[in-house]
Amino acid sequence: MPFIPHTEADVASMLAAIGVNSIEDLFDEIPESLKIHALAGVPAGLSEMDTNRLLRERAAQDAIELNFAGAGAYEHHIPAAVWQIVGRGEFYSAYTPYQAEASQGTLQLIYEYQTMMTRLTGMDVSNASMYDGATALAEAVLMAERSRKKSAQRVLIPTSVHPAYRKTVHTIVASQDIEIVELDCPDGFLDPATLDKIYRESGEGEFSALVIPQPNFFGALEEVDALTDWAHARGALAIAVVNPVSLAVLKAPGAWGSTGRGADIVCGDGQPLGVPLASGGPYFGFLCCKKDLVRNMPGRIVGRTTDLDGRMGYALTLQAREQHIRRAKATSNICTNQGLLVTAATIHMALLGPEGLRRVAAASVANTQALTERLLRIPGVRAAFPGRTHFHEQAFVLPKPATEVIEKLAGQRMLAGFALGEDYASLDGDALLVCATETKSAADIERFAAAISAAVA
Amino acid sequence: MNEIPGDLKFLKSHEWARMEDSGRITIGISEHAQGLLGDLVYVELPSVGDTVKQGNACAVVESVKAASDVYSPVSGTVVAVNDALSDKPETINEDAYGEGWIFAVKPDDAAELDEMMDPDDYATMIEDEDH
Repeated sequence: MPFIPHTEADVASMLAAIGVNSIEDLFDEIPESLKIHALAGVPAGLSEMDTNRLLRERAAQDAIELNFAGAGAYEHHIPAAVWQIVGRGEFYSAYTPYQAEASQGTLQLIYEYQTMMTRLTGMDVSNASMYDGATALAEAVLMAERSRKKSAQRVLIPTSVHPAYRKTVHTIVASQDIEIVELDCPDGFLDPATLDKIYRESGEGEFSALVIPQPNFFGALEEVDALTDWAHARGALAIAVVNPVSLAVLKAPGAWGSTGRGADIVCGDGQPLGVPLASGGPYFGFLCCKKDLVRNMPGRIVGRTTDLDGRMGYALTLQAREQHIRRAKATSNICTNQGLLVTAATIHMALLGPEGLRRVAAASVANTQALTERLLRIPGVRAAFPGRTHFHEQAFVLPKPATEVIEKLAGQRMLAGFALGEDYASLDGDALLVCATETKSAADIERFAAAISAAVA
Repeated sequence: MNEIPGDLKFLKSHEWARMEDSGRITIGISEHAQGLLGDLVYVELPSVGDTVKQGNACAVVESVKAASDVYSPVSGTVVAVNDALSDKPETINEDAYGEGWIFAVKPDDAAELDEMMDPDDYATMIEDEDH
């Protein structure tokens, strides 16, 4: 597929045809105050040689030897074969080619991805992916609203959901008359025993969905069965936000609750499935649901079909939800997927298999437990939420400000974790969120604990 | 052109409405509309008890190539929906003015029906559209 950019003459003749003087004039309806003309740290234009030099310098600043931070992006071993295969010419494109007559390989891969995600989550349907976990949650909230058709548009989100996800949801849905009610989680999880009281204090009333994170932002496990039942008993949907790796050892959201109905929509970030940390992105989001919600689902869906000669083939399906057909009433402005990253995730899952993924999850849990035991031996360090079961991440209260400790360890090329104080005022400035995946050895944990010990002494 | 039953009224957007003896109004899409849409694969129905407003979208018909809103010609309360369409949306293709009805409304003001077109006017309109 050749991509031929417009020449200056092309641009000039197109502008003349519509009677506009310059490309900038096409954007004059955007207020000047909202425009960002120069991005900090991004030069206007550089030669290839200067770009290489700049990026080498920037990359050197990122050279962390030992990373114990998670907070939504997780370091996992990615088999070398994954990106070797992704880099093949048949797959390697910034754009996903969907036309069935030319792209059977790509479409089959996305179909396999969808199958893997539905098996992992226990849902009936998966779409071809979203931009990231945070936008996937925003789309899940919009889906729930569309399907419930309640007069009062409200969605309940506990503060144990990733703070960046909550901000993204707010940005995307706030101007659509949907009220987001945040449920406070002072004990590091949404307590079903106090849920009724919290709900009363937040104004009660009808709501369309309850968002349930598993594990939550603090790495702790929520009481997903009780929460799912609670939402369903009030006529609302249960939206699960999950770490896909955790599903190898935890109950699939499709089985949550006591009625057999399970969560209704499942979303999350797919980064832990073969996508490198890469300083924060690009990642991909996944979105799965029960069959009765599929027409409210945004994004692309690949289906398996047969051609005129009865041979198996793949094509986009259920497109009447999408912008090119439904225009302004489409389920979303998103009409694409994160093709390259989904390719990596599919190959990653295929190489690991269910047993490999279970071993990754189990080793991560074991390492985090070992790290927890070791950190709790440091004088003045305590668990922020003792007594909760954690997946591969946990919050600790330190005797020194967390940001100070992070800075000290950065000097030793270690990423100590995520400081919780800014997003959680009740935790003061001393809480540090720490993660140990399967990539950490006993020696790494010991070296990290010694550095923390020295930093808080 | 298929015969249009004389007791129907029409909207420009191709919905038909029929005043039943019981006083409720049955609503569907026209033979012409189903022909434009092609094979229907899904119908999204309102719920019994929903309040509908004249001119508001309250159902969706989806074919293999398009999806269209169905507008209510009158304000009122939904008193029945054609659940059979969930399994057999193609009923609308086969019998748009009969078994393919979509929902029924108890109108707040039945006089709103008078704002709709007679079969002859509707037939003239779609003939003009075709030319």
